[in-house]
Amino acid sequence: MQKVSQQQLIDKAVSLLADGTVSCVLGWTKGEFDYDITPALFTDEASLRQGFVWNDFCGANFSKYLVAKTRKCEGKILVFLKPCDTYSFNQLLTEHRFDREKVYAVGIPCEGMADIDKVKAICGDGISSIDCNGEKMAVQTIYEDAPVQVDASSVLAERCINCKSKKHVAYDELMGDEGDVIDSARFDEVAKLEAMTPDERFTFWQNELSRCIRCNACRDACPACTCEVCVFNNPKSGVENKSPANSFEEKMFHIIRAFHVAGRCTDCGECSRVCPQNIPLHLLNRKFIKDMNECYGEYQAGAEVGSRAPLVNYTTDDLEPGEVFNGRDSDA
Amino acid sequence: MQVKEFKPLIVAFCCNWCSYAGADLAGNNRLNYPAEVKIIRVPCSCRVNPMFILRAFQRGADGVILCGCHPGDCHYTSGNYYTRRRMAMLFSMLDFLGIERERTRVEWVSAAEGAKFSAVMTDFAATVKALGENKRLEDLRCKK
Amino acid sequence: MRKCSLDALQALFAHVNASMALYLPVDGSDGKAVYQKWSEGARWSHALNTVRSPKDFFFPQTEDLMKFKTAGKSIEIVDVRNAAEDFVIFGVRACDVKSFEILDRVFLTDPVDSFYASRREHGTIVSVACTRPSETCFCGTFGIDAASPAGDVSCWKTETELFWQANTPKGEAFLQLIAPLTEECGNEAVQAQQEKTAAVMKKLPLAELKADAFGGGKTKEFFDRPEWSELSQACLGCGTCTFVCPTCQCYDIKDFNTGNGVIRFRCWDSCMYSEFTKMAHGNSRLSQKERFRQRFMHKLVYYPENNDGLFSCVGCGRCLSKCPISMNIVKVMKKLGGE
Repeated sequence: MQKVSQQQLIDKAVSLLADGTVSCVLGWTKGEFDYDITPALFTDEASLRQGFVWNDFCGANFSKYLVAKTRKCEGKILVFLKPCDTYSFNQLLTEHRFDREKVYAVGIPCEGMADIDKVKAICGDGISSIDCNGEKMAVQTIYEDAPVQVDASSVLAERCINCKSKKHVAYDELMGDEGDVIDSARFDEVAKLEAMTPDERFTFWQNELSRCIRCNACRDACPACTCEVCVFNNPKSGVENKSPANSFEEKMFHIIRAFHVAGRCTDCGECSRVCPQNIPLHLLNRKFIKDMNECYGEYQAGAEVGSRAPLVNYTTDDLEPGEVFNGRDSDA
Repeated sequence: MQVKEFKPLIVAFCCNWCSYAGADLAGNNRLNYPAEVKIIRVPCSCRVNPMFILRAFQRGADGVILCGCHPGDCHYTSGNYYTRRRMAMLFSMLDFLGIERERTRVEWVSAAEGAKFSAVMTDFAATVKALGENKRLEDLRCKK
Repeated sequence: MRKCSLDALQALFAHVNASMALYLPVDGSDGKAVYQKWSEGARWSHALNTVRSPKDFFFPQTEDLMKFKTAGKSIEIVDVRNAAEDFVIFGVRACDVKSFEILDRVFLTDPVDSFYASRREHGTIVSVACTRPSETCFCGTFGIDAASPAGDVSCWKTETELFWQANTPKGEAFLQLIAPLTEECGNEAVQAQQEKTAAVMKKLPLAELKADAFGGGKTKEFFDRPEWSELSQACLGCGTCTFVCPTCQCYDIKDFNTGNGVIRFRCWDSCMYSEFTKMAHGNSRLSQKERFRQRFMHKLVYYPENNDGLFSCVGCGRCLSKCPISMNIVKVMKKLGGE
């Protein structure tokens, strides 16, 4: 259950629309089932009251939509931002990707988002309704007479289990507390891989990346990937490979994707959420974040507007590329 | 039956101002370096984006070495500092994916260091030769 | 109709695999079902369906078409086709079986795609009836009965047994092959299961979805509908829906420069991409709205127009569960179909 209710958000949006602060509202709209939620733009009270939803399945990070929507919309856009979304919001502002003046950001607290796959692993397929408003999540399937009561904490998405911060770093208005940065265990999985031998790591990634179908969802959902034309879409780049023809192309795509957002990635976890093949893409991003923290000092992309990311910065006494392995396992 | 000796293909990206001139000097001084090393001249080591390195491997390189001016000596003031950070991160990522860390290297070679150029290339070629063929970042389509 | 015990299935798979390659859904390392070649110890997945559709078997994501080798001023063209071997795909669901018919109409009409045709000819499809459909299933909308799947051989799985029935000469041959491991039986158990499944199908949330509003000849009716803007506004332009779809059949033919020659290959393409059908003048569909519209108009209007009213969607529900922003054909049909 989320701390701020759907009704409170609708009322807030309606009042901001009514007093002319904003001209449209970027929000979540319900789908066929209670978990298939689509981002949508609302412009009037009736549609807000009818379609706006806020529940444990509103995972989509809205920050990226602002790039396109602020160009199109007349007037200000109201956007509700979860703490992790605010980091992406700041990062996009740092890169001048949208006009801050055209956005009215309302920070909302987040208790973590649910992963529908985890819900299905407990309750099975055939879900006819999910009620997230109680202490527990009530999942009704067509195969059972009574709803299954699920602990929301047991179906949290990976990125929410390892939530790095419940602090809102950008907002015009807050609903609830500002929140705090959390001491998370998000690098544990990366450390586990680092402790493996190169052969084990190679096998691990070969296996994970072999599932890639190059749908580009990881890239297209990523709030840090905002190039107008991606190198992988540019026929003149020589790497415009529409499909992963072999394991080299799988690796190339994912190394370059992760590298290009290194230092700019806020670790929002959208890449892993949207991957239809469940590839743990966030591990590549976190590896870069962990390395940069260790080599160049702690840095959190999006924590403040205008900060200089490690890869567009330097000091004269940085370690040498060969020294990056010093002090690590001597397995190679 | 004779086993064919493995000859690695090595791509060396050399910055125009220092390392390429260093290679020139090596030649002028009649210093040898392995014939497997193919030099690609770039305006600055900073010009080399990670894609260049991956694509060199794709097209059959067994090792990739990047040479630039010594830190502090960059013709463009700071290019090689950026290179240093980028390559540190890239190499660490390649290692994270299980790709041999010895296949990639960054060396700073000035225009006066013909001998160093020759020594670095000889050493790198020997290292790569010992590793054998690049199997983990190969593109089978590009094999002859 | 023939049957075998589920316990005897491994022996049966081994028997089949001895004469031709057998592919079946198994649980992959991420816990999701994926088609794999059978090998000793591979277990048939309990999952309803695979994330990737089985269209790969006949229309792989990438395949080489030919190679060019240059020597001096001459170009040698190398035919890279291998003689296809017989294979069996086991465990295909009713929706996916239907998708092959939709692909056939594209690839087997003149000019016949010889790559596709060869694999189609060598493949035997063994389908399995569904008993526990998901909320995302809507095959009934397109007249598919999940309890009576088509294919060369149809199977029904009960608690303890698997029932087999041949529908085509290829299927007869397959049943001949497994005859020593199966026994003749009646169809009472199958009928009972079909009735049960039919009752479940009625309870599905999308059971009432109808496609009647769409079909050939309705381009003018739907093309300029204002709803397209709203429907497509959240679309990220990724290719997930098209790549998990069993009926999406668009592809691109590209040349790959290997450094010592050229490989001409074909790979899946997606109408959701900005560089789709890019020509000298650029892209014919400039905005995501137009690309989005193209995909659904193709499935619901253009394809039926050219194919006797057959829709190019089988209601497998993959796009419903995999779209990053949960926009899908059901939402489009409901919005435009006037529900």
